[in-house]
Amino acid sequence: MRFIFKTDYDQDIRLIKHRGAAFWYAVLGILLLAAPALLSEYFLSQLVFILIYSIVGLGLMLLAGFTGQVSIGHAAFLAVGAYTEAYLQSKGWPFAASLAAAAILSAATGVLVGLPALRTKGMYLAIATLAFGFIIEEVVVRAEGITGGNSGKQVGRIEVAGVLIDSEARFYYLTLILTVGVTLLVLNLMRSPTGRAFVAVRDSEISAQSMGIHLARYKTIAFALSAAIAGIGGAIYAHKLRFLSPEQFTFLQSIELLMMVVIGGLGFVHGAFFGAAFWVVTQQLIVLAKDYLPESIAQQSGLQPTVFGVILIAFVLFEPMGLYGRWLKVRTYLELFPFYRRGMFKRQKSYMKSERLK
Amino acid sequence: MQVLQIALSGIAQGCIYGLIALGFVLIYKATETVNFAQGELMMVGAFIGLSGATVLGLPFWVSIAATMLAMFLFGMVLERSLLRPLLGQPAFTVAMVTIGFAYLARGLVTMIPAWGTETHTLPVPYKDELLRFGTPDATGQQLVVSMEHIAIIVATAGLCAILYLFFRFTRLGIAMQAASQNQLAAFYMGIPVRRLNALVWGISAGMAACAGILLAPITFIHANMGFIGMKAFPAAVVGGFGSIPGAIAGGLVIGLVESFSGFYLPEGFKDVAAYVVVLLMLAIKPNGLFGDKLRKRV
Repeated sequence: MRFIFKTDYDQDIRLIKHRGAAFWYAVLGILLLAAPALLSEYFLSQLVFILIYSIVGLGLMLLAGFTGQVSIGHAAFLAVGAYTEAYLQSKGWPFAASLAAAAILSAATGVLVGLPALRTKGMYLAIATLAFGFIIEEVVVRAEGITGGNSGKQVGRIEVAGVLIDSEARFYYLTLILTVGVTLLVLNLMRSPTGRAFVAVRDSEISAQSMGIHLARYKTIAFALSAAIAGIGGAIYAHKLRFLSPEQFTFLQSIELLMMVVIGGLGFVHGAFFGAAFWVVTQQLIVLAKDYLPESIAQQSGLQPTVFGVILIAFVLFEPMGLYGRWLKVRTYLELFPFYRRGMFKRQKSYMKSERLK
Repeated sequence: MQVLQIALSGIAQGCIYGLIALGFVLIYKATETVNFAQGELMMVGAFIGLSGATVLGLPFWVSIAATMLAMFLFGMVLERSLLRPLLGQPAFTVAMVTIGFAYLARGLVTMIPAWGTETHTLPVPYKDELLRFGTPDATGQQLVVSMEHIAIIVATAGLCAILYLFFRFTRLGIAMQAASQNQLAAFYMGIPVRRLNALVWGISAGMAACAGILLAPITFIHANMGFIGMKAFPAAVVGGFGSIPGAIAGGLVIGLVESFSGFYLPEGFKDVAAYVVVLLMLAIKPNGLFGDKLRKRV
């Protein structure tokens, strides 16, 4: 059992809470740094996907997990980031500038989506994001001059400070740097007053409002930041895929992103990583399992949606805190070994509070 | 004449949106959950109707009735198995389950041998029949209405009438209204709220099945036809989420806007018209045409 003896208020907001955590994060860091030497090209590439999805997931986590605003059109921001990057790069912009532009443009679209937030909330806002996602999807198809329309768009290689990112390992390191940067950004944001305001908005809009938090402003900030992070993810995603087409940014992609963060654990920074890793690994497992399944099932394109649908439903029903929540429970069980009680993480049920009271 | 023609096809399409939106609204009113799987329920309903008509060889009308009944039961089972364990959880959790079910249903349908990923046509007795109104005018134009559109409009009107009578005059309907206004109070008055919720899900699923069968002659049946449910969301919002006449009105608005923008605006606008309308609506009048004002008592 570990007791953290707190002697200072700063300990509450310290990023690394105790020595054990420092040790394990160091191990993780070393493993991640050594990954190109340990893994084959293929697995490294999958690891890159995990990192990219983690970035996008972090963006969505900021919005859905921390601010409590569900977005079912997040692929739109991914698309804005990806196409901005692809277009500006083809115009010869340096990577740093085009990445920043992708983030800023995505943030601007995020603000635009957040506008209905001035007057609406909850599911209405979710529907606004859904509508926006569909509109962006159509814009991507129609704006052929910039996006190449349905025939797609090639994306070139990145050059950072004179180094051409031409190998999987270099690309991996670039993605790793971006991921760590975005993670630190989110972690620090959540320690700042803005981040605390987000959580307050999530937990109760009314009490947040009565403590002087301007709801619409903070929701818009959350949308902008979340979109910017998704845009950064989109930019790097564009370079990873090397070819963009509108089918990659559909409504289904938005749903998948949402599923990823819910499975990972809504409301935890770790959740975004757990979700992304789970998603990519499960996809690989399904591909592997196809060899052992009867032909009639294995050849169906619906296999993957079916599996993920079942997984999502199972998580919501049995483990609403997601993978990270399960890990927390296991860890707490081990830490408190003989004293763990079943009810420690019990969900509180409440009578349905209608929002329609007149 | 042309305007009338476009308006008619818009109204027919709008009725479909309205029927699906009605499903959302019924569930939303009763349980305050947003059902993202309404379009998928419609898709499953259409497939069951297809199997009833082709595999079992039932006559068309029997097959419709059987499908609605089957989907009614399916909706109740769905509520019992997926939704009831989540009673009292935040709205987002429940919405996520419906999203998961929608995702699952789309995948699962492709694995069923007779359904698969292909598109199917539902054999309907009124296929390709046209009604002509009036005499051709100077330019030779005449109002031509296909029976498919008429069937949709008539069936929607009929279903609305039945629902109205049900909610207005039957004990069950009034109990449902009570439960949707205040669950706790209804529960204290001895209304079996949970069983009613299951019933509402059943009714919604049955309506979705009806919409699916009506839509089938126009768009064919395939695994992705449920995406049309995503256009019924705008319909429900425009009408005011939580208002039954609003759902139909919203559906008609969306259908008309879509059909006119498809004709008068450049290509591509038709597909996003519904979403533009809903964004405008949310920005200008978030409660919709017939919606209640949202206020929360603290």
